[in-house]
Amino acid sequence: MIRFEAVSKIYPDGTVAVDHLDLEAPSGQITVLVGPSGCGKTTSLRMINRMIEPTSGRIWLDDRDTATVPPAQLRRGIGYVIQHAGLFPHRTIVDNIATVPFLLGQDKHAARRRAMDLLEQVGLPASFAKRYPAQLSGGQQQRVGVARALAADPPVMLMDEPFSAVDPVVRAQLQDEFLRLQHDIGKTIVFVTHDIDEAIKLGDRVAVLRIGGKLAQLASPAELLSRPADTFVAGFVGRDRGYRALGFTAAGSLPLRQEATVPLGLDLSEAARQAEDGWVLVVDDENRPQGWLALSGVAQETLHGPVTPDLLNLGGTLATVDGTLRAALDAALSSPSGRGVVVDADERFLGTVSASQVLARIEEQASTARTARSTLAVGSEA
Amino acid sequence: MEVWNYFQNNQSDVLHWLWNNAWLAGVPLVVGFLLALPLGYLAFRYRWIYPPTVTATGLLYTIPSLALFILLPGVLHTKILNPLNVAVALTIYTLALLVRVVADALNAVPEEARNTATAMGYTPRQRLLGIELPLAVPVIAAGLRVAAVSNVSLVSVAAIIGVPQLGQLFTAGFQTFSNAPILLGLILVILLAFAFDAVILLIARALTPWQRIAQAR
Repeated sequence: MIRFEAVSKIYPDGTVAVDHLDLEAPSGQITVLVGPSGCGKTTSLRMINRMIEPTSGRIWLDDRDTATVPPAQLRRGIGYVIQHAGLFPHRTIVDNIATVPFLLGQDKHAARRRAMDLLEQVGLPASFAKRYPAQLSGGQQQRVGVARALAADPPVMLMDEPFSAVDPVVRAQLQDEFLRLQHDIGKTIVFVTHDIDEAIKLGDRVAVLRIGGKLAQLASPAELLSRPADTFVAGFVGRDRGYRALGFTAAGSLPLRQEATVPLGLDLSEAARQAEDGWVLVVDDENRPQGWLALSGVAQETLHGPVTPDLLNLGGTLATVDGTLRAALDAALSSPSGRGVVVDADERFLGTVSASQVLARIEEQASTARTARSTLAVGSEA
Repeated sequence: MEVWNYFQNNQSDVLHWLWNNAWLAGVPLVVGFLLALPLGYLAFRYRWIYPPTVTATGLLYTIPSLALFILLPGVLHTKILNPLNVAVALTIYTLALLVRVVADALNAVPEEARNTATAMGYTPRQRLLGIELPLAVPVIAAGLRVAAVSNVSLVSVAAIIGVPQLGQLFTAGFQTFSNAPILLGLILVILLAFAFDAVILLIARALTPWQRIAQAR
C-alpha cells in the first residue's frame, strides 16, 4: 500500500505542483492518476520514489515513511516504467532486464536466467535476449521496460505514461497484456496517464487531478462515469459516459435466440434456404462465427458455388456470454442483420440477441440501481 | 626515391625522431584526457561551471604553441631543450580541447536512460560509470581523434626550439634547400597521425558494439 498524507510540492518560483494530496493506492491494485498537463500527476508519482522530494507531507510505503529510506535503496525496491521505455542503449536486452538484480549484487547467471523468463512473460522471443534496444520496435522496447521493472520482483511499480508513445493498435495490445500480467502478479501499481480512456480501462481506482495538483475525485471507473464529482471531472471524463459505463456492467443471462447457421463451403443455394430476413450466419467447423452472408436481393441464378470467406460481411462484433452490456449492445448494433452474435469463452456460437432485448436489460438494471441508490440516500439521511 | 635514400642514410636518426614524436604526442594525449574527464564531468554536473570552464580552456587553445614552448621553461623551471616543456604544452592543448568534449558528450546521453538509471536505484557514481560514460564513448572518441592528430602535428613545431622529433626533418630540409627530408617528414607525420587515429578508433569500436549494430539497421 502507498499512502500520501497531505503531500505538497511547491517549487522555488512559487508554482504549486501538488497541493495537500491525500491518496491511498491499495496493495495489489492499479491506481491511476489522470488529469490534464500541469495537474501534478507525474510529480506525485516521482515523489513516491524520491525522484522529487515533497515540500511537505509524508508518503508511506506500507509502514515505512519513504523520507527515512535512502533514495537508492528505496528505488531498488520499486519498479519503474516510463514513456519510450528508457532502455540503456549500450546493454543487451537481457542485461537491460537484469539491471536491478545486478545492482543488488545478485548472481549474474541467476539474474540472466530470470531475465529470460521475464522476456517470455512479456511476450518476446528468447532470440531477442542478445539484441540491443535500437534493434527493437517501440512496442517491443516498452515490453522490455515492463520486464525490467519486474526483474527484482518489487511489490510496487510506478508507471509514467508507459504506453503513450506507441501507435493505438500496439497500445491496446500492450494494455490488454499488461492487465493479464497484473492479474497473475498482483503488484501494487501507480499508473500515470493523461488519457481518460486508458485510466478507465486499466484502473481499479482512478484519481482525477485538476491543475494545481488538487485531487478532484478518487473512484472506481464505473463510479467515475456514472457519478462524476463535479463539472471538471464530468468534462474531463468526456462524452458518451452513459454508454461507456455499460462497459462495467455485466450483461447477465440474456435471452438468446437460437438460429440456423451454415458452414463454410456449403452451396449458396442451400445457404439461401436457411436465411432469415435475407441474412444467415456462417460458422467454421468448430462452430465459430465467421461473418454474415447477405442473400436478399440476390438473383436466384447467381446462387451457385460454395460459401467462401470473401462473400462474408465482417461488420458485426461478437459479445461473449459473460461479457458486459456494452459489448452485447455493440454486437446487436453493429450486426448487419440486426441480430447480435453471442459466443462462449471459446468463441463458439451460442445464439443471437437483439438491440431491444439488450436495451430492456439496461432499463431493468438501471431502475434497480436507482432504487438502491435512493434507498441508500434515504438511509443515510435518517 | 630521393626520399627513400634520405631515409636509409639517416635511418637511426629518423626512427629516433619518429619515436620521440610518437610519445611527445601520445603521453600528453593520455594525460590531458585523464585530466579532462573530471573537469568535463564537473562542467556537466554543475551547470554554472560549464561556461567559465569552456571559455577558459578555449582561451588556452588560442595561445600560440611556439610561445608556450618558450614560456613554459620559465614557469616550470626546466631547461629550454627539456622535452617536458613540449609534453606539458601539448597536455594543456589536449585538456583545452577535451574538457568541452567530455562535458558535451555526457550532456548528450539520452535523458530517459539517465532518468531510469536514477529511478532504478543507481547511485550517482554507479550511474556515471555504468551508464553515462559508456554512452559518452562515441562522442569522446571523436574528440580524442581530433586531439591526437592535432598533437602529432603540433609536436613538429618544437623542432624550432631544438627538441628532437620529426619536425627536425622540416628544419633540415629548409636549411639544405632539399625536398627529400621535408617530404619524408610529411609522410611520417601523416602516417603517425593515422596510426593514432586507428588505435583510438579500434578502442572505441571495441567499447561500443551496440553502436555498430544500431547503425547497421
